[in-house]
Amino acid sequence: MEPESPALQAPGGPPGPALELCGIDKRFGAVHANRSVSLAVSKGSIHGLIGENGAGKSTLMNIVYGFHRADAGEIRVNGRRVEIGRPRDSIEAGIGMVHQHFMLVERFTVLENIVLGAEGGAMLGRGLGEARSGLGRLGRKYGLDVPLDAEAGHLPVGMQQRVEILKALHHRAEILILDEPTAVLTPAEADQLFRMLALLRDQGKTVILVTHKLREIMAITDRVTVMRQGSVVHETATRDTSPKALAEQMVGRAVLLKVEKAPAKPGAVLLEVRNLEVRDRLGVPRVKGASFSLRAGEIVGVAGVSGNGQSELIEALAGIRVPTGGSILLGGQDLARGSTGLNDRRSHGIAHVPEDRLRMGVVASFSAEDNAILGYHARQRFNRSGFMRRRAIREDCAEKMASYDVRPPSPSLRITAFSGGNQQKLVLAREIDCGPSVLIVGQPTRGVDIGAIEFIHRRIVALRDSGKAVLVVSVELDEIMGLSDRILVMAGGEIVGEVPGSEATEEALGLLMAGVKGDASR
Amino acid sequence: MKPADKLPRWAEFGLLPAINLCAALLISGAVIRLIGESPWAAFKLMAAGAFGAQDSIGYTLFYATDFVFTGLAVAVAFHAGLFNIGGEGQAYVGGLGVGLVCLAFGSCSPWLVIPLAIASGCAFGAAWAFVPGWLQARRGSHIVITTIMANFIASALMTYLLVNVLIKPGQQSPETREFGPGAAMPPVHELLARIGISFAPSPFNMASLLALVACALVWAFLWRTRWGYALRVVGQNPQAAVYAGISPERTIMVAMTISGGLAGCLAVNELMGSQHRILLDFPGGAGFVGIAVALMGRNHPVGILAASLLFGALYQGGSQLSFDMPHVNRDMVILIQGLVILFCGALENVFRAPLAALLRPRAARPSP
Repeated sequence: MEPESPALQAPGGPPGPALELCGIDKRFGAVHANRSVSLAVSKGSIHGLIGENGAGKSTLMNIVYGFHRADAGEIRVNGRRVEIGRPRDSIEAGIGMVHQHFMLVERFTVLENIVLGAEGGAMLGRGLGEARSGLGRLGRKYGLDVPLDAEAGHLPVGMQQRVEILKALHHRAEILILDEPTAVLTPAEADQLFRMLALLRDQGKTVILVTHKLREIMAITDRVTVMRQGSVVHETATRDTSPKALAEQMVGRAVLLKVEKAPAKPGAVLLEVRNLEVRDRLGVPRVKGASFSLRAGEIVGVAGVSGNGQSELIEALAGIRVPTGGSILLGGQDLARGSTGLNDRRSHGIAHVPEDRLRMGVVASFSAEDNAILGYHARQRFNRSGFMRRRAIREDCAEKMASYDVRPPSPSLRITAFSGGNQQKLVLAREIDCGPSVLIVGQPTRGVDIGAIEFIHRRIVALRDSGKAVLVVSVELDEIMGLSDRILVMAGGEIVGEVPGSEATEEALGLLMAGVKGDASR
Repeated sequence: MKPADKLPRWAEFGLLPAINLCAALLISGAVIRLIGESPWAAFKLMAAGAFGAQDSIGYTLFYATDFVFTGLAVAVAFHAGLFNIGGEGQAYVGGLGVGLVCLAFGSCSPWLVIPLAIASGCAFGAAWAFVPGWLQARRGSHIVITTIMANFIASALMTYLLVNVLIKPGQQSPETREFGPGAAMPPVHELLARIGISFAPSPFNMASLLALVACALVWAFLWRTRWGYALRVVGQNPQAAVYAGISPERTIMVAMTISGGLAGCLAVNELMGSQHRILLDFPGGAGFVGIAVALMGRNHPVGILAASLLFGALYQGGSQLSFDMPHVNRDMVILIQGLVILFCGALENVFRAPLAALLRPRAARPSP
């Protein structure tokens, strides 16, 4: 079932392109997502595709996989032109894709998931049997061991990703596209994935790695293509470039990769969390006895692989979830007790920038000015005995836009007309401008372009320097290490370690994130 | 709706509804032709029936008033993310509230009875809508299901009351006795006569003024108060509402209560303006037409006013048409109204994508 094609890999000579994109153009209404993009990916190589959010990487790959149809341009696989109008065409052309959000049926077994779309006839029995023996071979060849009879939803994420890869290989993919594959992995799991990808390359497969992380591009790819605003702006062999050069290509100007900040001067404890326990609706504990304190004038980062209780922790602190145990002490008052209500957190001086901006932080159909008062709409500044003070709201929003460099500075524009970075700046402005003593920030720069990242980081540091306490939760280790004065690591709902920001290394944090308890400094 | 299908405001609120209306009339015309009548003559008769004479204009405005109340009711719930199908039942029970006050105090001064009856109609309609609202907010029962069921319960309850309790003694048809003189909403033609303008008699009455006031209040509430803001946040993004410290549960109950109160006002127009008694099934489907009115009016009071006028004209013109054209019977008129509802409500997005493609600036169009 593995079509071996040694003829195409003429030893010595440069292998031809496995995938060629010529003049791909795609518009969504007024948005020009891909501007005549051309790209050639050599057979048997790992090709990186890097760019900021909204640069058009995902659109391009979705066109290759048949989710979208290009307005113009053509796709060639092994030099032959192919028409791709739906995912099936792409699978038949030998292209497999591992999506950022896995496309697995959670209640199916691994085997059932893998044969999905290639069942081989009306009755499942034979197809499953053949798949089982075929997968055994594949697994041995590429070192992809997965328990075929386990329920897919019960596997750890790293394993689920392997299932996705194995599924693509089972569908005879020669070209494998991975979209932001490391977003859900610990650093160690990511290394393992990269070893697997290298093995696939050495066996003659072609891999396209879509990412916005420079580190990954440098670590694993052979060539790299940089996209910006829908166009390819740069292509080079990876060994001929540097992270700094790539970052500048992505943004189009020089950037600072490090957060500049003076040493912290921690003051009194502002917020103290003791044995906090949070359960979800099903009663499953998500935060198990977390204890820590936040001091004035420091930034505390919470590192961890996504889904290890960080979201529940900050939602409990912000008052969105009611903790099932423990206490949250602020100025001698326990906020976890009684029905202090979700509303009071703001009046106690706790502001919150939520992790998922579009799901929680803004109302997508509202204007910028209406979003700039979300949560503060009942304050007297914005309404007089119930009636909204439209002019005050507009002026306030214009001020926020000016001081946080939100572009375009038009308060009446719909929030979704702004880029992710500008939306986030407005949310940050809203939360910081109300003068909190404690700011809780989830994923400060998710879906935010590099230019805005610098700005947001500077604002968070400035808030710290003005003597406030900041808690930052992020899945981006670079961000946590750059911003934090102290780093807490969460794994399995527990705080498994604490590392001073200045001494943190990726390896040490990675070990803790993977659940290896103990002193990180060893 | 894909982002690509966004229309400029004038097309969204003017052109698209007009195109939908034309499509509905086109198909209606084809059906009228099929049964051997002239569509052109039929539409002319309808237009004349709706706007051709003073009394027909009066009837058109009278029906339109019903639809403003039910349309606003649907719109307020819709802004909170709720699809209130129960306008019919809420209006019906609102009629009980209006009727009880009018029966009890009908002989008192109108200055006392009218405000009291309006308040009572609102309260009864609001109470009837509060129950599904509470069930949705606190028990998670789906509002569409519960409001539909509440319609049936309202119908059964009112039938029971009219047949067994409120019926005028010594009479066969299930109606109450006539309200007293103080319980009549002043008809517009009488008021005009007082200042020397003669206008043909029709049930067009001062409840229409109440409808206009309701439009203004709903607008101010939704877009100018913080409660309206909270209501819209809940409707657009319940998670953001929780984040903002707004309780979606409480907001849902408030929205349904307001919605039911607005629907209850229909009874002020129908009972105090025209029937002067409670009778069986007096809302006559206006609660459901309100859904189409709200959809067509884009859930905005101004749009709802315009859509109500259109549906009022369809109602009045339609009945005139079935009167004048022997082959076009009552069912045919209902078909025409149904087509308008279908195209302006359920199929409102059919022409959206082509229209959006047509109106897109040339520069943004994909090159062929």
